[in-house]
Amino acid sequence: MTTVEEVLGLGDDALVAAQRLAQWTARAHELEEDVALANIALDQLGAARLLLSYAGELEGAGRDEDALAYLRDDREFRNVLLVELPNGDFAVTVAKLLFLAAYQRDRYRQLAAGEDERLAGIAGKTVKESAYHLDHAALWTLRLGDGTAESHRRMQSAVDEIWPYTYELFEGNELRPGWLATVEPVLAEATLTRPDDGGWAPRGGREGRHTEHLSYLLAELQVLHRAHAGASW
Amino acid sequence: MLQRKGSICNTVMVYGNDFQTSAGDLLGEVEAAEAALREAAGRELAGEAGDAGGHDAGRHGAGDRDPGARDPGKERAGYFDRIISADQKIEPRDDMPDAYRKTLIRQIAQHAHSEIIGMQPEANWITRAPSLKRKAILLAKVQDEAGHGLYLYAAAETLGAAREELVDKLLTGRQKYSSIFNYPTLTWADVGVIGWLVDGAAIVNQVPLCRCSYGPYARAMIRICKEESFHQRQGYEILYTLAHGTPAQRELAQDAVDRWWYPSLAMFGPPDSESTHSEQSMQWKIKRFSNDDLRQRFVDMCVGQVEVLGLRLPDPALRWNPQRGAHDFTEPDYAELMRVISGDGPCNRQRMAHRRAAHADGGWVREAAAAYAAKQAGAEA
Amino acid sequence: MGELSPLWEVFVRPRRGLSHVHAGSIHAPDAATALHNARDVYTRRQEGVSIWVVPAAEITASSPDEKDAFFDPAADKVYRHPTFYHVPDGAKHL
Repeated sequence: MTTVEEVLGLGDDALVAAQRLAQWTARAHELEEDVALANIALDQLGAARLLLSYAGELEGAGRDEDALAYLRDDREFRNVLLVELPNGDFAVTVAKLLFLAAYQRDRYRQLAAGEDERLAGIAGKTVKESAYHLDHAALWTLRLGDGTAESHRRMQSAVDEIWPYTYELFEGNELRPGWLATVEPVLAEATLTRPDDGGWAPRGGREGRHTEHLSYLLAELQVLHRAHAGASW
Repeated sequence: MLQRKGSICNTVMVYGNDFQTSAGDLLGEVEAAEAALREAAGRELAGEAGDAGGHDAGRHGAGDRDPGARDPGKERAGYFDRIISADQKIEPRDDMPDAYRKTLIRQIAQHAHSEIIGMQPEANWITRAPSLKRKAILLAKVQDEAGHGLYLYAAAETLGAAREELVDKLLTGRQKYSSIFNYPTLTWADVGVIGWLVDGAAIVNQVPLCRCSYGPYARAMIRICKEESFHQRQGYEILYTLAHGTPAQRELAQDAVDRWWYPSLAMFGPPDSESTHSEQSMQWKIKRFSNDDLRQRFVDMCVGQVEVLGLRLPDPALRWNPQRGAHDFTEPDYAELMRVISGDGPCNRQRMAHRRAAHADGGWVREAAAAYAAKQAGAEA
Repeated sequence: MGELSPLWEVFVRPRRGLSHVHAGSIHAPDAATALHNARDVYTRRQEGVSIWVVPAAEITASSPDEKDAFFDPAADKVYRHPTFYHVPDGAKHL
């Protein structure tokens, strides 16, 4: 049986990732990348809407995608910490996207073959999108990792910064070995060092214990909707 | 909501039943321009009746049968004029007067810059959009603007103007962008008004450009106008929803219309009596209607549309003039337009600082990508 | 501050069975990035099922100055077109 919490986790990951990626609009290093990041943000947002709608139906309390996105407080969000971390420089964004997309692709692939038909339908669509996100993130990981001395330093530092947050992705699933098999060769080819395991592993997102960043992110996301209670848009 | 009131979401109703120049018709004009482009490509040029077989005139080249007999320079100039007068398209490697090339580069570049700078006022609201549906639409729209900037830079590059050069001219203030984007988006309703009025004015300006004499520009404009048809409608829908929403929402909508009306009218440029580039551009078929004609067309369109919204345009002098068959209206403050163009609008400094920062912050990424490409090319060699 | 990357011409096959058609150009430092950029810029509305990217500098174009020499010789060879020929009444499948 699929639980509301589980679907909220998937939907909130996508929603918060979309919100972060949307913050890049009109800020990328080239116009072409502006368009690319917006495409990925739109994919994540589309997935979030489908997943939150489904979570609302499962819950059966009459909450639609907007009620769930705009009227829950940060403690009620079930996303992993990784997606709520600030964008940082382009290297941090690429590292976040690489790790997230590799996980989402495998997770959606699993759900697409699962018993919940509704979820399988959604995942069948999103798994293709995640595969492209992974491809795009891998492309940039290589170019930044094996580009200039400065880009290498920035990319390594981004990988080191984000790596601890990846453990939380695998709570309640067995996907980490497959994920490592995807991510490690990319890091190696990009001449980056894969951080050692066994260190700091922050967690709590799936239970609603977030970083300080999420509250700010939601304040921005929700401010207008909440200022006009009950209004249609 | 719009959808539930069947007759209102009908295109004909929303876009002014009584108005010939409604947005629906504008899209029809884009398609007509595309058909004309194809048709013109199949036409003989004047003075070149096909005599060699004659069964498939479009196949023949347009060159003279005996080029050696005449002065080649004059011959080429004549060729350009004949193409223009036959309503055919000038293509990238054709001979063209220097001034024609320069005028086009300037115009296409400013147009591209406008798309790029124009992302900022709307991007300002993506993260705060009041529903997930609106967020997705706005994100897609702003993304389209980046895409349109790219189509236009690509058209300019066919004239020998490298994008790098044009971007540099924008960042150093040597080339301008549309004055409208130097106004702030203070509320969500501004996103609606930008779609309705600003994109509406842009479309009125741009539809004739689909028939521009320079092929790559005309083709880019056809693509852009088709893609933009949703931009204006989403803005109108936002405003309609606000105007029929809570009293506070309605107030937001009217306030936004009040602030954007005159700046939108100013988008058509100075009055014809003061426009410096118009006449030659009309001859070259780069430009096909005068600033004042287009402005009038826009005002006439908006009057019907604002009624459907249930809002008012902030012009007490606005009224139908049966003699002219058009609306009389108050002209925008052209002195303000000049001030904004020359850099003293509310957001000029902010918009430019944002663009420069994005470019500067991305320097290390561009360098990394170039270094990686060079390494790969070296490894292959 | 990094230089802008090279220019690539983009060709898109709209549907299976149709040829690739020139769509426009983009900038990218290398071929893989060029493909990604072309996909994102020129196929946002399902405009294509296949993309080619070609370095703009690698394209050799015929010159308009040589246009007469290049293309006019084809003009008087009307016998290359099927409409040149008279098909006798009653002859089918020609």
